[in-house]
Formats: sequence, C-alpha cells, structure tokens
Amino acid sequence: MNQEKYLQDLAEIKEMMNRSSRFISLSGLSGVSAGIFALIGAYAAYETVYNNQNYFDYRHAYITQESLVQLVLIAALTLAGAIGTGIFFTTRESKKRKQKIWDTQSKRLLINLAIPLFTGGFLSLILIREGLIGLVAPMTLIFYGLALVNASKYTLGELRSLGILEIILGLVGCVFIGYGLVFWAIGFGILHIAYGLVMHFKYQQA
Amino acid sequence: MKNILKDLNKAFENKIRLAIMSALLVNDYLDFNSLKELLDVTDGNLASHLKSLETKNYVSFKKEFLNRKSHTKYSATEEGKLAFKLHIKAIEKLLN
Repeated sequence: MNQEKYLQDLAEIKEMMNRSSRFISLSGLSGVSAGIFALIGAYAAYETVYNNQNYFDYRHAYITQESLVQLVLIAALTLAGAIGTGIFFTTRESKKRKQKIWDTQSKRLLINLAIPLFTGGFLSLILIREGLIGLVAPMTLIFYGLALVNASKYTLGELRSLGILEIILGLVGCVFIGYGLVFWAIGFGILHIAYGLVMHFKYQQA
Repeated sequence: MKNILKDLNKAFENKIRLAIMSALLVNDYLDFNSLKELLDVTDGNLASHLKSLETKNYVSFKKEFLNRKSHTKYSATEEGKLAFKLHIKAIEKLLN
C-alpha cells in the first residue's frame, strides 16, 4: 500500500478545500496598522469631546455642532487610513502567496463583512441624528464584531474569536456609556494590534 | 480491509480530479475560470477531467449567459459528494 501517496492526497485535499473557500492572504500587519490608526483617531476624538476633563474619570461628552463636524472628519480620516494600509499590506501578502486579490474568495469575504458593517454604519448615523451619541461607539463595536463573526467563515478562522470579543466589549460599553471611547479604543485599537501581531507571526510567509 | 479498498474510488486517483472534487465539496459552485485559477491547469486539461467526472455523474454544470458571454457553473452532485467523502474516509482508515 502506498502510504506516502495517500498522506499527500489528504494534505492536498485539505489545502484545496481551504484555498477554494477562504481568502487566506489577509495580512496580520493590516490589523496592526488599523489598530494604530484607531488609537490615533480615538485620541483625537478624546481631545475634541472631553476637552479639559480628567482622563479616567466618568465624564460627560460635550458635543457642539462644530465638534460634531470635527468628529466626523476624524472618523473619516481614521477609516481611510485603516482601510488604505489594510489594502496595501493585504495586496503585498497576496502577491507573496501568488493569490489574486480580487477573486471569488475575496469578493465573498467582503460581501459578508459588508452587510452587518453597513447596517451598523447606518444605525450609527441614525443615532447621531437622534442625539444618542453615547450609543454610537458601543454600537460600532457590536456591529463590527458581528461582521467579523459572519466573515470568519470565508477567511482565517481567528477572526471569529476577535469578533466575539468586540461584541462583548460593545455590550459592556452600552452599560458604561461614559467610557465609550475607552472601550472603542480597546476594541478597535488594542485588540486589532494584538490579533494582528499573533496572525502575522502565525501565518507570515517568508 | 476488503471493504476499505472497495470505497477507494478510481475516479479520484488523479490529482486534478481530486482537487476539483475538494474545491466543489466546500463551494456551492465554482465557474470554469475560478477552477482553472485554483488548480493552475490549462483549459483542455481541466475540461477533460471535468468531462470524466460528469460522465460518472459526480459533477453537474449549469450554463448561464452573463453579458452575452457564456459562463459555466460547476457543482458536485449529491452522488459525487457521497463518493468523495467515502474515498476520504477510506484513505483515513488505510493510514490508521
């Protein structure tokens, strides 16, 4: 009996199942860079909202029309920075793996990520319009977490536990509204950096 | 032992057919070009292996027209999925 051949067959079956159903070129470094942008963004938002207040005490957010515009600008810049560097590192990774960046797998990943994400985005805009600003930070965490859990089936499996952690942070954040930005910085900043580093060292191709 | 060998399927002895079935088992369907890119094979090569899986009734296809270009979606039949799973189980038993 040709054991070697069958062992190799099994390995190839597994590899093909993975490669045909999951987008595996997601770069850990894109998580790290997204986390850094999130921390910078959170700091800038902090300065805008909690001007002249003690950092770790329970505070009230003071938001005027003017600071709201500034906040939206900060959010847009943070998002653009995170997505931009994410695309950069992931393109680099897929070139290394000789995978196409725009194929069936990556399209499926993005669609499944986008549905909960856009739902959360629109809900946040509605909350801002209704004046429920305090709920925006935890809601973005919850919906981002749901998006990750949903998308994890189509990429590296670790995203699932990251998503669950984001959901928990979001729910806790809903209770402690005054610390919304702190939870947001932990979820989008620190968790991204931690997961990004782990995945970078686990999956990185030499 | 005899039973194990019975489940080993000649249709999946070939590397390309093995890869086609692996990909189709975890995807509802894949079109010809996605399969070609995944397997890194030529058109003719892929077509002939798909043909042989079709004649065994392990793979089915649906032709669609997208922007006037024909677009063939391949999927594994229930029969094909079952046969392939038995094949994998047989290999695992052999290795144990």
